[in-house]
Amino acid sequence: MSMDRREFIKIAGLTSLVGAGASGAFQLLEPGVLDAATHEEHGHGDAAHGQAEEQASGPKVRWAMTVDVRKCEDPEVVKRIVTACHTAHNVPDFGNPKDEVKWIWADTYEHAFTDSANEFMDKSIEHLPFLLLCNHCDDPPCVRVCPTKATFKRPDGVVAMDYHRCIGCRFCMAGCPYGSRSFNWRDPRTVLEGKPYNPNFPTRMRGVVEKCNFCVERIWKGLQPACVEAAPDVLTFGNLADPDSNVRQILRVRVSMRRKPELGTKPSVFYLV
Amino acid sequence: MYDANKILIGLAIFLGLMTYPVWSGLGRAVQAPKPEIDTPIIQKMPEKKCVENTHFMKTTHMQLINEWRDDALRKGEREYTNARGEKVLMSLQLTCMNCHSNKDKFCDSCHNYAGVNPYCWDCHLTPKQMKEGI
Ligand code: HEC
Ligand code: HEC
Ligand code: HEC
Repeated sequence: MSMDRREFIKIAGLTSLVGAGASGAFQLLEPGVLDAATHEEHGHGDAAHGQAEEQASGPKVRWAMTVDVRKCEDPEVVKRIVTACHTAHNVPDFGNPKDEVKWIWADTYEHAFTDSANEFMDKSIEHLPFLLLCNHCDDPPCVRVCPTKATFKRPDGVVAMDYHRCIGCRFCMAGCPYGSRSFNWRDPRTVLEGKPYNPNFPTRMRGVVEKCNFCVERIWKGLQPACVEAAPDVLTFGNLADPDSNVRQILRVRVSMRRKPELGTKPSVFYLV
Repeated sequence: MYDANKILIGLAIFLGLMTYPVWSGLGRAVQAPKPEIDTPIIQKMPEKKCVENTHFMKTTHMQLINEWRDDALRKGEREYTNARGEKVLMSLQLTCMNCHSNKDKFCDSCHNYAGVNPYCWDCHLTPKQMKEGI
């Protein structure tokens, strides 16, 4: 496959234009809003479609997560979640921001929800740490720009990485508007030595990009993702395509927001505020 | 004359040196690799059988692992049904290496002989690393 520089820039430019001017810099979803908007979310938005037809045409599974923001106030909770994920996947901790590799981490409200900081109505939430991870977008820009299809979207909505194909070009990192991807500048094994680790999961190597995989190695067995298992009262994982699922029931009664909805990427991670 | 003797001797030495790799190996058979299957898991098997038949494994294991890799990661299917109808988990670390836990006396003995050095172990943990740490 060949894509010259001009073509790449055009695509990258278009990606950022998608939906610009549509909704604002952040989007508050009123309880139940998603029920009305599901067919749009699945990419074949046609208002005339009946509910039954929609069910037949859309994917049967779209994995999603909700984060109960107010329950993340305790730094111990955040630490427990991050440690569970990073240990389960042998994510190295280099101890400096330059080499940092992360799958899930906490950041400030201003960084998580750029531009919307002053518009937000409930100030009490702005001082809280926000757990950030790959949003497993419905329309993922990283997938569009990857020249080797090393990153791709699975039918169940998980944006996956095939490390065997990654050539380390880092286009996906430029494409991701959420900073969810890390590059292995150094050999991760140098700092994993002697640390608690998961013997059943591979490490990565210098020169590849990595990110959260929504625990595909666990969910195929029917397990919850490692982070959810570590804090089931904070995080909920479930099927967004099923109107009766745990996440849909939560989104029906709670106000939620997603990161940078103006980009049109349609994240699968919802922040309950 | 033009030093015919010297030229002939020189030629002989030259030819001898050039063909050294050919005649030096004569009569010295290179040991064919003998991959050992003497591991705790295999010892316990009533019938010593691999995932597929031995000939297939010998000739096609690299393709099989590649298929497993693509099925597991790209299709999200992690269960393989072999020719005998048995289901196995498609995993390099958890399936192949569980039985062949003697990597250096099994996989490596062949690979060293054949001059292949799969880069898998830059990321995948060897049985030793799974047991003793990275
Ligand atoms: C259930 C245990 C088991 C598993 C799992 C297993 N093997 Fe085997 N393997 C064996 C045994 C036992 C033999 C010896 C068979 C024989 O001697 O006929 C063998 C033979 C082989 C051979 C042929 C060796 C020779 O002498 O030429 C290769 C190559 C091989 N295995 C590779 C693999 C690979 C690659 C995997 C993972 C895809 C794998 N094995 C998974 C038990 C296993
Ligand atoms: C009977 C000898 C033999 C045994 C035993 C064996 N291999 Fe191989 N393997 C080979 C040969 C020969 C090649 C090279 C084939 C080629 O280049 O076409 C190879 C190639 C490979 C490749 C592809 C390498 C590449 O760079 O493309 C992988 C992966 C591999 N083997 C894994 C294993 C694993 C894992 C084991 C142990 C469970 C194992 N092999 C045991 C003979 C063996
Ligand atoms: C850059 C790091 C990296 C390298 C190099 C690498 N792998 Fe992987 N591999 C992974 C990761 C990460 C997974 C995902 C594990 C999961 O989801 O369970 C994986 C998964 C797999 C799987 C399926 C799941 C499993 O448990 O095994 C197979 C099979 C596999 N790799 C084979 C190989 C082979 C064969 C090679 C060498 C030719 C190789 N890999 C090299 C990182 C790597």
